[in-house]
Amino acid sequence: MNVTFTVNDESVRIDVEPRRTLADALRDNCDLTGTHLGCEHGVCGACTVLVDGEPVRACLMFAVQAEGCAITTVEGLQHDGALHPLQEAFVDHHGLQCGFCTPGMLLTAVHLLEHNPSPDRRTIREAMSGNICRCTGYQSIVDAVEAAAQRYPPGP
Amino acid sequence: MKPAAFDYVRAGSVEETVSVLAEAAGDAKILAGGQSLVPMMALRLARPTVLVDINRIPDLDAVRRTDGAVEVGALVRHRDLTDQTEHPLLAEAARWIGHTAIRTRGTVAGSIAHADPAAELPVVALATGATATVIGPRGTRIVAADDLFVGPLMTTLADEDLVTAVRFPLPSRWGFAEFARRHGDFALVTAVTAELDDAVRIVLGGIGPVPRRATAAEAVLAAGGTAGDAADAAAQEIDPTGDLHGSAAFRRAIAAEMVRRALAGAGIGQGRA
Repeated sequence: MNVTFTVNDESVRIDVEPRRTLADALRDNCDLTGTHLGCEHGVCGACTVLVDGEPVRACLMFAVQAEGCAITTVEGLQHDGALHPLQEAFVDHHGLQCGFCTPGMLLTAVHLLEHNPSPDRRTIREAMSGNICRCTGYQSIVDAVEAAAQRYPPGP
Repeated sequence: MKPAAFDYVRAGSVEETVSVLAEAAGDAKILAGGQSLVPMMALRLARPTVLVDINRIPDLDAVRRTDGAVEVGALVRHRDLTDQTEHPLLAEAARWIGHTAIRTRGTVAGSIAHADPAAELPVVALATGATATVIGPRGTRIVAADDLFVGPLMTTLADEDLVTAVRFPLPSRWGFAEFARRHGDFALVTAVTAELDDAVRIVLGGIGPVPRRATAAEAVLAAGGTAGDAADAAAQEIDPTGDLHGSAAFRRAIAAEMVRRALAGAGIGQGRA
């Protein structure tokens, strides 16, 4: 089936089997390998992307369902070579070790801060609770999101 | 971990959905939020040959306050429940479902039709005496939650039925309590109590194949017993099974405590001040 959607503001038209997940389509049809696949059944959160601004597990959505949607992946966070404030905060606060979960963590955090620019640590933990990290023990991830919130650009 | 091949139909209407389902004679599944169906397909626990995607059908995403109830359309997501204020019990229950990215996609009607024995919304449906609007090849009918759940992931709905809306009556008082190992996990025990037309229902989830009314506990309350008496009665009348998440005795003890907390939240059976 032919599907047309935008990824990081670029229009994409791909031909996929209906059973191809959005995550696989992003990686294999769009060559955007920043979206990682951990468990492939909706538990780990590594493949989280934004679909029309909402966080979605890309392994639980078929690419054919994304017709006409606007998708943001981790590749779309940087602008003109400058890292997103959340990415900078993850670097500064050691919010990653192996980095496998990081794309999903970042997009979940982007959605959080866009809806709640000054969350407390409890809110951050709750919002990030669907993303599993096996390295950091989470403290540094919460630190990073909290720090990013303090320098996050004011909303529209 | 990849779903098997299937034919994909992007339905434009309820009628088209029902007709595709009927034609497939049991081999098709409705794709709404996909948060339960797609993992089952990835694990090959489900292998439908046709998926009917209802996400593009117009007018199924409304949350409507009706006379003494809130009716939610088939495409209302869990997130829409947490964001609404018309039905506080539904808002509270929805906060306990999965995580942000799951609540974004997962649908209320899908949760009811899927009938996971540890899911929150079937418990709320039974506690509030909810009704589902079901459209099948022979037309529209109303199915009460009391007549819906028959086993784990099993309902009285037919393969060609589509739940287009679920109507949740508004309780005058309510309480919700859940215990899970980690927030966002499926519940070990969920207890919901709802007072409707002066009758109090107590329903437990996670302790058996289907959500279950604790009728003995309800009778204790009706006879003037305290929340503690009702909680003890609830623990005695259920027959939980043990698994790696908790033994039967543990679930029984947790069930009593969840009933006690739900009743405390509702302010029911708390004795005279």
